[in-house]
Amino acid sequence: MASKTININLKIWRQKNANSKGSMETYKLDNVSTDSSFLEMLDQLNEQLVNERQEPIAFDHDCREGICGMCSLYINGEAHGPDRAITTCQLHMRKFKDGETIYVEPWRAKAFPVIKDLVVDRSAFDRIQQAGGFVSVNTSGRTMDANAIPIGKAEADKAFEAATCIGCGACVASCVNASAMLFVSAKVSQLALLPQGQVEAHQRVLNMVKQMDEEGFGNCTNTGACAVECPKEISLENIARMNREYFRAMVTAE
Amino acid sequence: MSKSGIFTSSLAKKYWMALTGLFLITFLVGHLLGNLQLITKTGEEGRRAFNEYAYFMGHNIFIKILAYLTYFSILAHAIIGLYLAVQNKKARPKNYAYNKPSANSSTASRNMAILGTLILIFICTHMANFWYKQKVAETVPLHILHKEITEQQQNPMTGQLMEQKIGINYVLTTKGDYMPKSYTDPNTGKDVELMDVKEGTHLYDKKAELQVGEGYRDLHTVVMNFFGQSQQGQPTNDLALWAVILYVISMFVLMFHLWHGFASSFQSLGLNHIRYNGFINILGKIFSIVVPLLFAIIPVMIYLNR
Repeated sequence: MASKTININLKIWRQKNANSKGSMETYKLDNVSTDSSFLEMLDQLNEQLVNERQEPIAFDHDCREGICGMCSLYINGEAHGPDRAITTCQLHMRKFKDGETIYVEPWRAKAFPVIKDLVVDRSAFDRIQQAGGFVSVNTSGRTMDANAIPIGKAEADKAFEAATCIGCGACVASCVNASAMLFVSAKVSQLALLPQGQVEAHQRVLNMVKQMDEEGFGNCTNTGACAVECPKEISLENIARMNREYFRAMVTAE
Repeated sequence: MSKSGIFTSSLAKKYWMALTGLFLITFLVGHLLGNLQLITKTGEEGRRAFNEYAYFMGHNIFIKILAYLTYFSILAHAIIGLYLAVQNKKARPKNYAYNKPSANSSTASRNMAILGTLILIFICTHMANFWYKQKVAETVPLHILHKEITEQQQNPMTGQLMEQKIGINYVLTTKGDYMPKSYTDPNTGKDVELMDVKEGTHLYDKKAELQVGEGYRDLHTVVMNFFGQSQQGQPTNDLALWAVILYVISMFVLMFHLWHGFASSFQSLGLNHIRYNGFINILGKIFSIVVPLLFAIIPVMIYLNR
């Protein structure tokens, strides 16, 4: 099938650095292949900007296969754009019409400050993970094979589904309250569901929630926007599990 | 354990919102059943049933405990809710230039704080109109009964015996030794006679602590007059139509709040399982429509039957 090209208008957030004010700037880009991904379209725009001796637009990207969680972008009012269960690198330009104006903005949250243009600092997620998203493993040379511990199929599947979270931050970006509960609950669940995660279960959920609160994320109001926009379709069931885990830890932890 | 705090952590606040919210949902059912007496029973029977019910609600110890739990729940739900709303606003200091939240969430779910604030305003006016008059200011008149008695009189012209109707006003009181000697009707300025109430017929709960000889407050008439129905010779509310309209609008707001809040409270308490999620969701949707609708019908019916 012959590739089609479209001409588009772009309104993109430009911000010199973390301290500058920033504003929405308008760009015109012609001859965009509908087969190109959204990031390839931005590459094309950056090439045009460089040729015009302008500063290219900074945006996060890495694997471009939808598995690293590096790309972000709030496109036309939705995290990772209008499509479902994909990251921005998997969003194709065929989803847009010829002559359309596309809004591109960084994630907006107090806990995700803008570094430059469309790049935000997501290290708050790393600090939450460091607060409890780990298990103790004997590394003295007699490490037990993980597969030697029997785990029910249903639990294993749910733990795996939770573990598919790539920490991109779309949940925070989509949430009306900029809440990080879907991310934190996925990270709590993937370990809480497995026998290996039981040793630190109480401390994990208490510490990760504490860190989440300290980072300045909002509170969950169960709108469900996070689960809809999540590229990995992490379920709200995980938030309920975190609520249970936290309650248990709150009333029983030593 | 690390200091999690049952008030400070984001998750603990969710538990409080859910628990107080669920308690207020059960309160709505009780309140609705009481209110429905305003339209299911008519005439003196309806007035008496409602006023006896109001008396029971004000004097039963268990109801009193529930009442204080309700006050606490309203305050806690409102204060924590507003605090959370402020925190959530702060979590996104810069908004999107272009946002399309309708793509991923319901309007009700994103506006719980605004809906809740409107409901809080409604509760304040609602309590000022009825609760304050009944409980604090005690400006609700006593329940006055009008009884027609026929008396035989001789016509001075013809000497014939004639039946003449004489109306006598009584105050409906609870049973007791002490009876107020007299009572002046605040509306007519006339003294009225008093009567006792037969044992066993006057209260639903016979174990309730009674003030001996206390008169029943005529809350029924206050409500009827407030929503435009003239009763017991009391002046009706000039703004009755507005009262009805604002009441109905408030019930719409309540409907949206419950549309999201009912099922949301279960999620906040960690109750999310494929086995009962469907049931909770459907029950929540039915509840959020039926309960506010029944509440709203009452003042509309009162107004239309004026």
